[in-house]
Amino acid sequence: MTWLVPLPVVMPLLGAALTLVIVRRPAIQRAVSLFVLATTLAAAVTLLVTTIDGPQVVAVGGWAAPLGIVLVADQLAALMVVVSSAVTLCVLVYSIGQGVADGNMGAPVSVYHPTYLILTAGVTNAFLAGDLFNLYVGFEILLAASYVLITIGGTEGRIRDGTTYVVVSLLSSVIFLIGIGLAYAATGTLNLAQLAGRLDALPDSLRLVLQSMLLLAFCIKAAVFPLSAWLPDSYPTAIAPVTAVFAGLLTKVGVYAIIRTETLLFPGGPGLDILLVAALATMLVGILGAVAQSDIKRLLSFTLVSHIGYMLFGIGLASAAGLAGAIFYVVHHIVVQTTLFLAAGLIERRGGTTSLERLGGLARLAPLLGILFFIPALNLAGIPPFSGFLGKLGLLQAGVDDGGVLAWLLVGGGVVTSLLTLYAVARVWSLAFWRTPHADPPDESPETRLGDPPGATDPADAPRKSTAVSAPAGPRMPPLMVAATLALVVIGVGLTVVAGPLFDISADAAAQLLDRQPYVRAVFPDGAP
Amino acid sequence: VSPNVLLVIAVGVLFACGVTLLLERTLTRVILGVTLLGNGTNLLILLGGGYGGPPIVGVTPEPEMSDPLAQAMILTAIVITLGMTAFLLAMAYRSWVLTGHDEVQDDIEDRRIMLRAERDQGIEAQDDTNGDDTGLDTADEPATHNDRASR
Repeated sequence: MTWLVPLPVVMPLLGAALTLVIVRRPAIQRAVSLFVLATTLAAAVTLLVTTIDGPQVVAVGGWAAPLGIVLVADQLAALMVVVSSAVTLCVLVYSIGQGVADGNMGAPVSVYHPTYLILTAGVTNAFLAGDLFNLYVGFEILLAASYVLITIGGTEGRIRDGTTYVVVSLLSSVIFLIGIGLAYAATGTLNLAQLAGRLDALPDSLRLVLQSMLLLAFCIKAAVFPLSAWLPDSYPTAIAPVTAVFAGLLTKVGVYAIIRTETLLFPGGPGLDILLVAALATMLVGILGAVAQSDIKRLLSFTLVSHIGYMLFGIGLASAAGLAGAIFYVVHHIVVQTTLFLAAGLIERRGGTTSLERLGGLARLAPLLGILFFIPALNLAGIPPFSGFLGKLGLLQAGVDDGGVLAWLLVGGGVVTSLLTLYAVARVWSLAFWRTPHADPPDESPETRLGDPPGATDPADAPRKSTAVSAPAGPRMPPLMVAATLALVVIGVGLTVVAGPLFDISADAAAQLLDRQPYVRAVFPDGAP
Repeated sequence: VSPNVLLVIAVGVLFACGVTLLLERTLTRVILGVTLLGNGTNLLILLGGGYGGPPIVGVTPEPEMSDPLAQAMILTAIVITLGMTAFLLAMAYRSWVLTGHDEVQDDIEDRRIMLRAERDQGIEAQDDTNGDDTGLDTADEPATHNDRASR
């Protein structure tokens, strides 16, 4: 069944080429994108089933491992591919719903489908890469697509925030590339399985240099605290489906890269304590930022940063339980954070804004929207019985088992962060949904003037922003957008139902990661050269 | 050995210039910085591949060849840097068309927090004198004024 391995990368790439050719036939374009992502999801699920027997390896182009490039699907990679395909499919449906409703399937947005598919291919390529340089190429593919998506439409706000995003991403890519260059100079290989053996033979100081270069690059991409300032500044301006898919997937690719390199290449190094400290800082600083926000999208961006800390916590513990918790949490967080951003997009559409100072009374206006926001919000905050609670519980247990001072600090930090997350989302709930709407919304609050500099209002957003919240009849929510969000809410709740098997898979994946040998043996059946 | 030392110095100079330019606010200078950093990295990888003759069978005996894999990676990196530079240039141009400059200005969030702090101080001052909550409107005035002035 190894022919399945390259499918999640190749299918979206072919789909991107096809949608680019038929750029003038939006209906066929949509059908092709949907078909491609649906088959990718099917292939990914089958792949996950086959990896239970052991990692699946494909040498691309028939060139054997140390010289050629390999794609490796172990349980972790396959699980990530499954979740990311499911999420990208739902977001695609959402964006089709939005496009159909706005009637803007015309010229500039026709690049949306090819770019979106290339983004998917980049994400899956990064997950499946068995080679450090191929991982870099995967990152570049998804970043190049994300540059286009984040600035789509080319309005002033998006160009401004896109500049921050692009420059920071380019810097992290350069750091990654330098790390690759140094690793190659030191070991003479970039194949992950071969690196694992050769890095062990290097002196500790050199290993530390390589580890910190790679960790630095991945931490920028994953938005770990001292390197996270770019994220809340650049994500909220993009269109809702783009923000949602970025929030769900892009930072998690960074987290995945951290998991892969920390377990396979640098197990048990001195970097782990630094990771734990960074995890604590990321959790607390992120969530304090979220509490201070008055805009739903910015608030959600800060919770995104904050919850990256939970995953780092599990990685930093480097125990089987900690890693299993981290993997489970990644899966949970991809789904829930994407759902929340999609719901925020619906709020913007229904209420005319995402500013908490102007919204109000949405629960009466759109009860369904209330449910779509409320369930994932509780899930994110970690209320039992949702998967957020189970993931946090797993991580906290792993922390208690570890018993170190740092681990206990992180357990405390995790509980505080969870409570503050509940406070932040409850604030959104009571301000946007629960309270009675303003009779006379302040039309020109200083916030809006800052957000949209005078004389340069975003033409796409201008009519929506001027819609007064007090007017009861906002635009209806397109059914396709609601359906896509609802599907993700259901998947998020479904994670609770399948939590047992999912935790088993996570634990298996974690055990494989810590053992390292299954991965190496899968690539080199006769031992690494 | 001497060509390698020269290359090492070149890598250092390229990185230093690249980082300096990257810290500028104007996007065009940032683009130049990124280009220099990219080239520095490519040289670094070339150095990692070792010094030797052209890696062509029949031209150079095998033990004297330089590492072709490093060169292949540089080629890929060059292509990627080229694409990214093109995108950055397009963005700088778009920014210039829209606003007349390509500077990334102050962080909006920083300014928002400053504004809010000023407003809160204004409310407190009003509370001290008037003791009612109509201070909000008057407190907006100086804040807005400052914002315009700093622009």
